[in-house]
Amino acid sequence: MANVLVFAETRNNTLRKVALEAVTAARALADATGGGQVHALVAGPSGVQAAAEQLGQYGADAVIAVEHAGLATFNREVVAATLATRAKSGSYRAVVLGFSAQGRDLGPRVAAKLDAPIVTDVTEIQASGDALVVKHPAYANKVIVTLRVTGPLAVVAVRPNAITSAPNAHTAAMETMAPAIDPAAAKVVVKEVVEGGRDKIDLGEAPVIVAGGRGLKAAENFTILEDLAAAFGNAAVGATRAVTDDGWRPHSDQIGQTGRQVSPQLYIAAGISGAIQHLAGMRTSKTIVAINRDKDAPIFKVADYGIVGDVLEVVPVLTAAVRDVKSKH
Amino acid sequence: MKIAVCIKRTPDSESRFRIAASGTGIDETGLKFDIDDFASYAVEVALQLNEKTGGGDTVVYAVGPDVVQETLRKAMSMGATRAVQLKSDTQPADGLAVAKALAAELSTGGYDLVLFGKHAFDTSAGIVGTATAELLGIPCVTAATKLDIANGRGTARRELEGAAEVVEFPLPAAVTIDEGIARPRYPSLKGIMAAKKKPLEVKPAQLGETRVTVTKMELPPDRPAGRIIGEGAAAVPELVRLLQTEAKVL
Repeated sequence: MANVLVFAETRNNTLRKVALEAVTAARALADATGGGQVHALVAGPSGVQAAAEQLGQYGADAVIAVEHAGLATFNREVVAATLATRAKSGSYRAVVLGFSAQGRDLGPRVAAKLDAPIVTDVTEIQASGDALVVKHPAYANKVIVTLRVTGPLAVVAVRPNAITSAPNAHTAAMETMAPAIDPAAAKVVVKEVVEGGRDKIDLGEAPVIVAGGRGLKAAENFTILEDLAAAFGNAAVGATRAVTDDGWRPHSDQIGQTGRQVSPQLYIAAGISGAIQHLAGMRTSKTIVAINRDKDAPIFKVADYGIVGDVLEVVPVLTAAVRDVKSKH
Repeated sequence: MKIAVCIKRTPDSESRFRIAASGTGIDETGLKFDIDDFASYAVEVALQLNEKTGGGDTVVYAVGPDVVQETLRKAMSMGATRAVQLKSDTQPADGLAVAKALAAELSTGGYDLVLFGKHAFDTSAGIVGTATAELLGIPCVTAATKLDIANGRGTARRELEGAAEVVEFPLPAAVTIDEGIARPRYPSLKGIMAAKKKPLEVKPAQLGETRVTVTKMELPPDRPAGRIIGEGAAAVPELVRLLQTEAKVL
């Protein structure tokens, strides 16, 4: 019997999609290693416990709520120390978290504190005897690496959108835990948070991404992509590096080898030629649509559905059609 | 300031990769290797910080077999003062083990700042920098897109998922560097000549037990060949139909 500890990520006291995916992965791992328990830890200001109650529906046997006024913004030092303290206190086989901005920051800290091996950007986890066997895409998604992880406890960071969260009703016991260190004692202090739109769906979690390149011709033409994203309702807008380098879109919107790597259900590439660096960031998308004037553009080689044409003409028509479909649902 | 920069040697990211006969690595035949992009930004940031204050010491570190010496020389040709190779037989797949080797070496170095790339292109694992900082017990800021140091304190900007934050921290500290922070300089001929004479120390890497090993590498399944369904706005109804009935994403 091996228990699994999960960090269930929240932002502004709302569970993030990757939290459900991490709990789903942890549930599968616990079941595969003899039916241990899944304990999900959440950290935030007052109210985070209530936000986490639904984790039982995804397979958590316990929710450990760390509520503290000093955790209103993500405090990596406190959360890492608290996760490590909890992991030491129980017989855990693994600590599972998302490979998101928060998880990227936490995972190596927790692993170092626990002296536990860590693997990141994981898309599959299996138990194999005493070891864990995980897969992770490397070399900009061009190679799939299988890693074997030994030792009694491992830290596993799962790639967002790679594991489909699945309902698996368990009754989650509610626990509380105090932060392992005083939030006021953190050495790195956040002085300012520049929100890029709190209601925006993050590129890493959006089921639909509408991305634009130079073919949009001008920064202001991105409004047609915003409109298309709004028609879908669950979409985020991304961009190529050429566009973010030119300042048409913020750097954080860049999809590609050096930007975000995304795997949405649907990726619409508008006015994107498909440079290899861009493909590295989105080729694992489930369905790819490309709209481009140049019929020889490399994006059409990976697009499930391609339309040869001017994005400024095609996209508004597509937006109207999507709005029409959505209104009939 | 005394700055350490930990760098990695990686293949050109635009390469077409093949799997080696062993099935556990990439075939390196014909691949061009160089200092990883993110590591080169970190070297540039270190050089600029020390140039601003005049003097200082920028020391580069790499863990790996002797081929990393070429990468360390490259960093010295950009301007780093000296280099240390922490020698291992192969490039370890265990990020925490690499962090332990670096931390064991850096703990006695008296560094004000330890810089890393936010991750390296090959694994994109992003483990070593943060884990090394944790083992050293110093504050760590990840994925910085701006870094200023003044009066023993650092200020960094980080781009997050849909937001950005500005953080402050005391030195000594570790910072992992994101792109966009600085354009790495090309080594001058003079720099290349000087790098040949700069000290490069070789020490065994104290990796400890390695618990992560590569058991297989494979190429991802090819996407089915692309399909053009039509031209212009007239193709939109067919696209919508396919998204609904075939892809089932609408």
